[in-house]
This record gives sequence, C-alpha cells and structure tokens, in this order.
Amino acid sequence: MRRWFGLGILLAAVAAAGCAGGPGGEGAPPSGPRPAPSAGALRLNGAGATFPYPLYSRWFDTYSREHGIQVNYQSIGSGGGIQQLKNRTVDFGASDAPLSDEEQKEMPAPVIHIPTVAGAVVLAYNVPDAPKGLRMSPEVVAGIFLGQIKKWNDPQITALNPDVSLPDTAVVVAHRSDGSGTTYIFTHYLSAVSPDWQTKVGAGKSVSWPVGLGGKGNEGVTGVVKQTPGGIGYVELAYAIQNNLNYAQVRNAAGQFVEPSVVSTTAAAAGSAAALKRDVRASIANAAGAEAYPISGFTYILVYRDQPDLERGKALADLLDWAIRDGQKFAPDLHYAPLPAAVVKINEAALRQLNYQGQPLLATAP
Amino acid sequence: MKQTTAVGSPRLRSRRRHDVGDALFLRVTQAFALAMVAVVLLALGVTARSAWPAVRAFGLGFLTGSTWDPVADKFGAWPFVWGTLYSSFLALLLAVPVGVAGAIFLSELSPRWLSGPVSFLVELLAAIPSVVYGLWGLLVMVPWLRDRVQAPLNGALGNWPLFSGAPYGVSMMAAALVLAIMILPIITAVARDVLRAVPREQREAALALGSTRWETIWRAVLPFGRVGVLGAVILALGRALGETMAVTMVIGNRPEASISLLNPAYTMASVLANEYAEATGRLHVAALSGVALTLFVITFIVNGLARWLVWRVAHRAGGSR
Repeated sequence: MRRWFGLGILLAAVAAAGCAGGPGGEGAPPSGPRPAPSAGALRLNGAGATFPYPLYSRWFDTYSREHGIQVNYQSIGSGGGIQQLKNRTVDFGASDAPLSDEEQKEMPAPVIHIPTVAGAVVLAYNVPDAPKGLRMSPEVVAGIFLGQIKKWNDPQITALNPDVSLPDTAVVVAHRSDGSGTTYIFTHYLSAVSPDWQTKVGAGKSVSWPVGLGGKGNEGVTGVVKQTPGGIGYVELAYAIQNNLNYAQVRNAAGQFVEPSVVSTTAAAAGSAAALKRDVRASIANAAGAEAYPISGFTYILVYRDQPDLERGKALADLLDWAIRDGQKFAPDLHYAPLPAAVVKINEAALRQLNYQGQPLLATAP
Repeated sequence: MKQTTAVGSPRLRSRRRHDVGDALFLRVTQAFALAMVAVVLLALGVTARSAWPAVRAFGLGFLTGSTWDPVADKFGAWPFVWGTLYSSFLALLLAVPVGVAGAIFLSELSPRWLSGPVSFLVELLAAIPSVVYGLWGLLVMVPWLRDRVQAPLNGALGNWPLFSGAPYGVSMMAAALVLAIMILPIITAVARDVLRAVPREQREAALALGSTRWETIWRAVLPFGRVGVLGAVILALGRALGETMAVTMVIGNRPEASISLLNPAYTMASVLANEYAEATGRLHVAALSGVALTLFVITFIVNGLARWLVWRVAHRAGGSR
C-alpha cells in the first residue's frame, strides 16, 4: 500500500512538471501582460534597473497604500528590464540608460522614456593627508582615467589645489567592472569633456578601460579605493555619502567648482532642459548653469506609447504621473535628485501621448 | 536477469502486480534520467543559439582575440579563457599538496580526539558562502598581500615576468589564493574519506613487511586510493573553473592575458556576472553568451580529460595489482 502511495506522488510530480513546462514556453506569442486575477486588485508589473530600486520600492509601497494599486518591481538589471518589456511580460521597464536609436528600432512598438529621478556620480579618492573636496577640472578627470596623469602631485592637479600639499603617490584608478548606469553617466561625462576619451574609449554601461582595476559594484570600487593609498574611483553619490568617502569638487561648464549633492544634480537637469525638450534621451553631462554638478544623469522608466489594455494603461499613466510629481518628495532622503519643474513638464507631455487605441489614458489636467 | 519463476496462482498474481509496478518504476526513473540529459542539451542549445551572432561576426577570432570593447562592438574572449585556466591551475597547484597532506594526516596520523574537530572545521570552510570569501579577500587579504608579499616580490624580482607589473593587491595572485582556500576543504574531505576506505589489510601487510609509517602511506595507502584522490582534485577543479563571486572581487577584472601573478586579470565566470545584467547591445549579449558557451565547452573538455585520466590510472593500478 505504502509503495503505491509513493508512486502516486511521483506520478503527480511528473504530471505537474509536465504541465509547468508545457504552454507558454519560449517563443509563445506575446499577448500583452497577463490580465489581473480579479478586477478589484489591479497589479502592475515592472522590471529593470537596480540603481533606482530603493526609491522605487518606497514609491510603490506608498502608492499601493494610498491608491490601492499593487506594483510589483523586480530589480533584475536594465538589460533584463528592456528584454521583458520587449517580450511584453511587464507593464513597464526601467533602465539607467535610454534606448539607442538602434535599440528603439528593435522594440516591437514605439516606446516612451520617462526620466524619473536624477543621480550624481562622484569621484572618491584616498590620498594620504589630502582634505575633503579636492578640486578637479574636466582635463584632470579625463587625464587620470586615460592614464596620462600618473602621480598625485602632477602639476595639473596641484595647480588647481594650491593650498594642499599633494604626495608623490601613484594614482591607482578603480572603475566598475559590472555594467552599470553609474558607468554610463561617468563615461558620457568623459566623452562630453574629452575628445581624446571619446575617440579612444567612448561611452556605455561597459567600456574598454585604458587603465585601472575593476571592482564589482559600488562596494567593489570603494573597496579598492579605500584599500589603496593613491586610489581614485567613481561611485554613486548616495553610496559615497553613506560610507563617508572623500570626494572631489568638479569644475562645471560655467567654470565653477561644484560639490556633488542632490541640489547641484537637480540644477544639472534643469540646465539641460532645452536639449531634453528636443529629445528626452539627451545626456545631461557637463550641463550649463553655475550651480550644476557636471557628472549627472537620469534613470528612466520605459513604457509603450500604445497600451494594449484600457484599464491597465490608465492605472499605469496614473502611477507615472504620481511618480513624477508626488513621488519626487521621497527622493532627497535617499540621495536621489528630484526632477526640476522643466523636466516634469516634459514628462507630462510625454504621458499625454499614452493611449489605448487612440484614446488618451492620462486623466485630464488637475 | 535470471529469475526463478514462482509457482502457484496467488504468488503469480502478486508477481504480475509487481511487474506493473516495476515497469512503471523503470519508466519513471528512465524519464528522470533522460530529463537530466535533456536539460544539459537544452542549455547547450539555447546558449549556442544566443551566441550565434557573435560566432558569425568573429568566427574563431572570438577565442583568440584580446580586445573586449562593448562600445565599439569588438569582442575577443582570450583574456577570460586564459584567466579562468590560469587561476584554476594556480589554485590547484597550491591546494592539492596541502589538501592531500591534510587528508593523510586526518586519516592516518592524527589521534582520534584531534581528527574529529579538525575535520569538522575543514568542512565548515566548505560551507562559507563565496561572497564572504570575496569580501574577506578584498578587505583583509588583499591589503596584506600588497604590502607584505607583492611589494617585496615586485621590488626584488620585478624583472621576472612572473612578478612584473605593479603591486596593486587585487591580482591573479589574490584570486588564486582565495580559490585555493575555497577548494581546499573539497580536496581534504573527499581525499580523507577515500583514504579511510583503504582496507586495513593493506596497511597491516605493509607494516608486517617492516615498512616505516612513511613507506606504508606512500607505497600502500596512497596508491590504493589514488583514483579517489584524483577524483577529489577533479571536483575541486570544477569548483575553481566555475567560481564567480569571490574571484570577481579580488582579481581586478582587467581583460588582459598575462603570465604575471601581480597583474589584474579576468575570468569567464566573472565577466558573465559583471556584464550580463546590464548588457543591452545585441552583439554584446551574443558575445557574453559566447563566453558562456566557451566556459561550457571547456568544462566539458576538462571533465572529459579528467575522466580519461581516472580511467587510465584505475586501469594501470588494476594491472599492477
């Protein structure tokens, strides 16, 4: 009797495994996001970037309490987010980099970019006896990461910091080894300020670094910087603040030395408003404005312009509208820079394009 | 398959029921066994398919090329292949003598009250998650290595290719050391069990012939267990080839193939862990799949070679006995 019982369980397991593997495997035709289990509890799904995850999880938690709509966000990386959006297994994707023209062509339908929040990338260093807030010019930053500036007492650095006596220590460069939005922002900045960098290396989430050691994640870069006298690396602002790292002031396009902060990052976004109006995917690196911190960038949510479902589309439009307005107040606490008014306006115009069979989804202006 | 047939109808009936059960059991186990094969083939197939654009674009140059530039869409995987093979080789070089010596001590020489706790601690080493090894390596071992080992080595022997470069700390040397520590418990634990399983008669005979302890172990115990010890080494090699997290954190992630122990390097598993999540370019994803496929194939080859080696050794051991 017992034996048969065991066999039964085994068979049930086989049957279950068979069913699970059956329909809906790879290559099954995408038919829009799965409908919600019941009309009452609408659940939106998103996936993508890890950089904004702390903020997004705060947003979606608050939103579900206030508006009763559950949002399930998986921080699996931008690549995975874009892939899932392409397969239409999520309602929105999140990416630290906008889609390139080519990537946009590969999507099955037109995609709208919504910058949700801005972030700054700081240069953290470990120079014996050097104070906080060393001054750096774009030429110095590019020179260091191109491997042309090799010592901390290089005349190019000392000229900017006349009051500081810098040691004859070798510069040890640390960079991110994992593909990341942080690298994307930083290499875009370097490409914007250094023609040499643009031709030799270029910009992207992973690049071929001329010099330096690769660390995995902010913690890996910080590890190398902290452990190595003479180390310098780039990390997210939030990470640098939380870990009490020394970071540099960088000279911006207006010639001012600016300390990275939530405020100076928002200023950079505001300074790029004109370019963003033409194309919201434009880089805000080396932005205009006396207050702007030059190494800044956005993180984006990507949605299809033509939504396949009226109710879900409406919920999605409402969610994003809330995020770019009410959601912004949660950003500074988590060291993300809130959007300036000009960018909120650009986003609003973009959200108005969201439609279901030609019918706009965003509720009329408040 | 020789069976005596049962006589008498009640027993016959029960046998028939048995037959149905047996047949079912056979089918179910068979299905599971085949499913495992199918999973391997499917994984290979899917990886190969997604790697196809890179294979078509670069051909064999993908394996021999040394440029890895996601911005310019130029991909050559040689530095990663080299890094994986070199770091695993160095780790084995360090861990095999220590591990086997430890196993000999635990199974042959150690007093009983000591071998229990030591075995337990060695096995505990295997239970530590690899990210912990990585963090320990980065925060504790690397600075020590840089100041106490690499700087003096580089100063004294800097013009030897093996110790050229600059003493950064994070390096091939750091990766090999962390890997060696990680595979040590596998070698020790498996080899100890193998040596313990050597029949007592083997030792007694050697001792009876007047062998010293050393001779007993070297001539009578180790040869008997060498297939098993080799198996332990292969298990360890498998772990070393595939280890990702700990290596990524201390190897410096620089795609350059170099013989120097001080230079930063990169492994196949590391580049996958690093770049896959955020890779969006079509060719970039394909190239990463190509690296995965290469790792797959290399693991296959290494395992095949290892099996062949075990077979050879077992064969010869059988012949000489």
